[in-house]
Amino acid sequence: MSAVHVSTNINGDDVEFVCRPDESLLDVLRDRLGMTGSKEGCGTGDCGACSVELDGRLVCSCLVMGAEVGGHKIETIEGMAQGDKLHPLQQKFLEHAALQCGICTPGFLVAARNLLERNNDPTETEVRYWLAGNLCRCTGYDKIVRAVLDTAKDMRKAAAKSSAKKASAKKPAAKKKAAPKKTAKKGARHAA
Amino acid sequence: MPLDANTPDLRTEFKSVGTRPNRPDGVDKVTGRARFGADFALPGQLTGLILRSPHAHAKIKSIDTSAAEALPGVKAVITYKDIPEQEGCDKDVLVNIMARGTALYDGHAVAAVAAVDASVARKALKLIKVDYKVLKHVTDVDEAMKPDAPVLHPGRFEPVDFSTLENAAHVSGKEERKTATRAHSNIAGRYVFGHGDPDKGFKQADIIVEHEFKTEATHQGYIEPHACTASVSSDGMAELWVCTQGPFMVRDVCASLLGMDVSRLRVTPSEIGGGFGGKTTVFIEPVALALSRKAGKPVKVVMSRSEVFRATGPTSSASMWVKIGAKKDGTFVAADAVLKYQGGAFPGSPVEMGAMCAFACYDLKNVRIVGYDVVTNRPKQAAYRAPGAPMSAFAVEGVIGEIADKLGIDAIDIRLKNAAKEGTVSSYGPTFGPVGLVETLEAAKAHKNYKVKLGKNQGRGVASGFWFNFAGNTCVSINLNVDGTLALALGTVDIGGSRASMCLMAAEELGISYEDVRAIIADTSSLGYNDISEGSRVTFSSGLATIKAVRDLKVKMCGRAAKIWGIPEDAVKWENGAAHPAGSNAGNFPPLSIKEIAAQASATGGPLAGHYEINAEGAGPSFATHVCDVEVDPDTGAMKVLRYLVVQDAGKAIHPSYVEGQFQGGAVQGIGWVLNEEYFYGKDGTLQNAGFLDYRIPVCSDVPMIDTVIVEVPNPGHPYGVRGVGETSIVPPLACVANAVSDAIGVRARTLPMSPPKVLAALEGVAASKA
Repeated sequence: MSAVHVSTNINGDDVEFVCRPDESLLDVLRDRLGMTGSKEGCGTGDCGACSVELDGRLVCSCLVMGAEVGGHKIETIEGMAQGDKLHPLQQKFLEHAALQCGICTPGFLVAARNLLERNNDPTETEVRYWLAGNLCRCTGYDKIVRAVLDTAKDMRKAAAKSSAKKASAKKPAAKKKAAPKKTAKKGARHAA
Repeated sequence: MPLDANTPDLRTEFKSVGTRPNRPDGVDKVTGRARFGADFALPGQLTGLILRSPHAHAKIKSIDTSAAEALPGVKAVITYKDIPEQEGCDKDVLVNIMARGTALYDGHAVAAVAAVDASVARKALKLIKVDYKVLKHVTDVDEAMKPDAPVLHPGRFEPVDFSTLENAAHVSGKEERKTATRAHSNIAGRYVFGHGDPDKGFKQADIIVEHEFKTEATHQGYIEPHACTASVSSDGMAELWVCTQGPFMVRDVCASLLGMDVSRLRVTPSEIGGGFGGKTTVFIEPVALALSRKAGKPVKVVMSRSEVFRATGPTSSASMWVKIGAKKDGTFVAADAVLKYQGGAFPGSPVEMGAMCAFACYDLKNVRIVGYDVVTNRPKQAAYRAPGAPMSAFAVEGVIGEIADKLGIDAIDIRLKNAAKEGTVSSYGPTFGPVGLVETLEAAKAHKNYKVKLGKNQGRGVASGFWFNFAGNTCVSINLNVDGTLALALGTVDIGGSRASMCLMAAEELGISYEDVRAIIADTSSLGYNDISEGSRVTFSSGLATIKAVRDLKVKMCGRAAKIWGIPEDAVKWENGAAHPAGSNAGNFPPLSIKEIAAQASATGGPLAGHYEINAEGAGPSFATHVCDVEVDPDTGAMKVLRYLVVQDAGKAIHPSYVEGQFQGGAVQGIGWVLNEEYFYGKDGTLQNAGFLDYRIPVCSDVPMIDTVIVEVPNPGHPYGVRGVGETSIVPPLACVANAVSDAIGVRARTLPMSPPKVLAALEGVAASKA
């Protein structure tokens, strides 16, 4: 079984690797590239601990073959914080104690970010169904759902603030508080 | 010693304790940087894989490894012959990690390979030829107790003559009771607890309810599969990196199984991706060491999810009978139970603890519990959160629910009437000290959830639960750094935020900021022996040892201040992060802060560190009361948990968020147990659902928010009043949900899980009986 040469982009960086045809993207990330933030809980797409984004789409990296990611864009947990600045979801997970053992946390964060980039005003039910592909055995999900809802609230506030700023720049008499938008702006990274 | 003045036996005023700071290991865990078991790698490491029995019970006639050994890239193949029996080792553990002559369950390890990569290792496994002779098997606990059942361990357990024993009718059918003729048995142990005279007690009862109950085996379901990396050098020195709840246990057991001096094996625990009791024993660790020893290279072994289900330690399935008699006013007059738990292929099911917990919530004058430990062709059970207690509580609390309904008494009131309190002689022997069951019942009754009006097909359930909590061997060191910050070395693996709790307690005791204390989990060569992180013991025991180690350090720091000031040591006291003269007679010196003392440590006598070692006792039990509302769909039998409330006694919540987290997590595991989860065996004795698709643990959309109330009845055994909280939360949910279903649709569930087809069949049965 000869190895396959693959050129791809991970967290904004161009990456090249070789892998056997029987290796999953998760195997490649963990064993070839040393990116062990994505976890293998089942290897069958049932637990979500290996969640990554592939061209903006939430996937289980254990169900994607390493050899098929050439030319695509991959986002993993390692790319979530910008330098020393945590993503708002990461910060809220800490504040809400939304992790106990922490093994499922990278997968939940990647999945939750994918939700909030589509919809920054989800209902509790929407959050629960979106995250139903990610298993957590420690928390009973309560604090995870609260952390996601709280992040969404902050994102809406920030969005309202920035749109109010823009509006006031054009028209100084604009209302201080703009109504929160129902639909999220798509993340620039996934605009394509 | 003036320290005593500001360190009372039971502290009640706190600055740091009870706050909710971010955990010290938090950033690593939200950024993917934290290293769990499978995240560790060594240069030149090999991949280890294990060949497992496809049969539930089979004689292993021969194993031919020659073809596998000849495959290029294979560096070692081992069977039981490579792990010869050592004097004094635990034979059951030895046999469990690698079959010796007989495969005792589907998934039992038979051989193992180490190869240059996973692809080669997988090929090598296929080349190992095992000649099996399939034997008759038994996986059900009641079947395993019958006289004609296949015997797992011929010659090991004596036959039992039930005719001479209490409640024989509930142990087996009439015909079996009479016969004690066969040579051997699968009954590995029998336990009896209780006091008074239940037979007399039942004569005073106005109402007696008795039923049989069955629960299926469930798995802890930690998301991180077992993983380890072993490196054995040619001089016999070895290192092991592993996800475990007990690195010292792993070291001692592996050394014993492999015939090594304990000092030659250093075990470093990784971050642990959940355990719940399932990582309190060894499975792959001695195998990885044996492979590494043979190959002369590091070997990494990671279980697949299927292996986790088939070959680690789920909890017992249980078959139970419970009988309770009560007066019209709800007072219990007698209680009786027979519990039969199968614990897999080896003795050690948690039936003894199940028996001790069964009636522990209640003040009973006449009570008896008989428990049977039974072996079957299933993987050897391991601890699962309050091992043994959820099953017996399911039966007992179900009967109590029925008595309350029949007498027309409120479900909380009947429990309040009979609740165990300080001074109650427990059903398992000891007399309770201060305990908080009554407080949990009262808080549950006062909670808004208990007043919500229910709609059609909706029902409410109540159940209480108990867990002992353990303490045990604990050793802690705290080192003062040159800048006045502290390094706290703990030997109890952090499963759910315990480092944060330890830092809070150390900061509290020193009167300094939480951020100035950094806790690590030490390896086995860096700290004295610590028992496993189990039995809800960590925050209690390591907390106690942390506080005492800090007190040791404070005495030493006061000594340095005395030296600097030139006054006697006992004329110095510690307050708010600094040494002070104890009184006006001691002299008038400005306080010396911890930073100042640290800076002068070298000049005043050398490094400063505090230590404490103890075999701790005094872990106070934790009681809980749960209230649950469900809605059942009468057309499908599916149910939805609408509301769920956990009220539990924490003694003192050090970090309330992680206390709530334990309450919520345990409750949802319990909800999974009652609704979906079960080990499903085929006719051939093989596990049919060894994956998360078919073994369905609750997902986010299955459950509501889990409401919590933390009750604090201080435990006098801990300087801050702490009780362990990790386990009690899984005890009440099975009965709590079942009682709610009964309230909703009038169907009493006595076998778990209450999957939709079972509920639907029961509903149809009710409809038919009414027609």
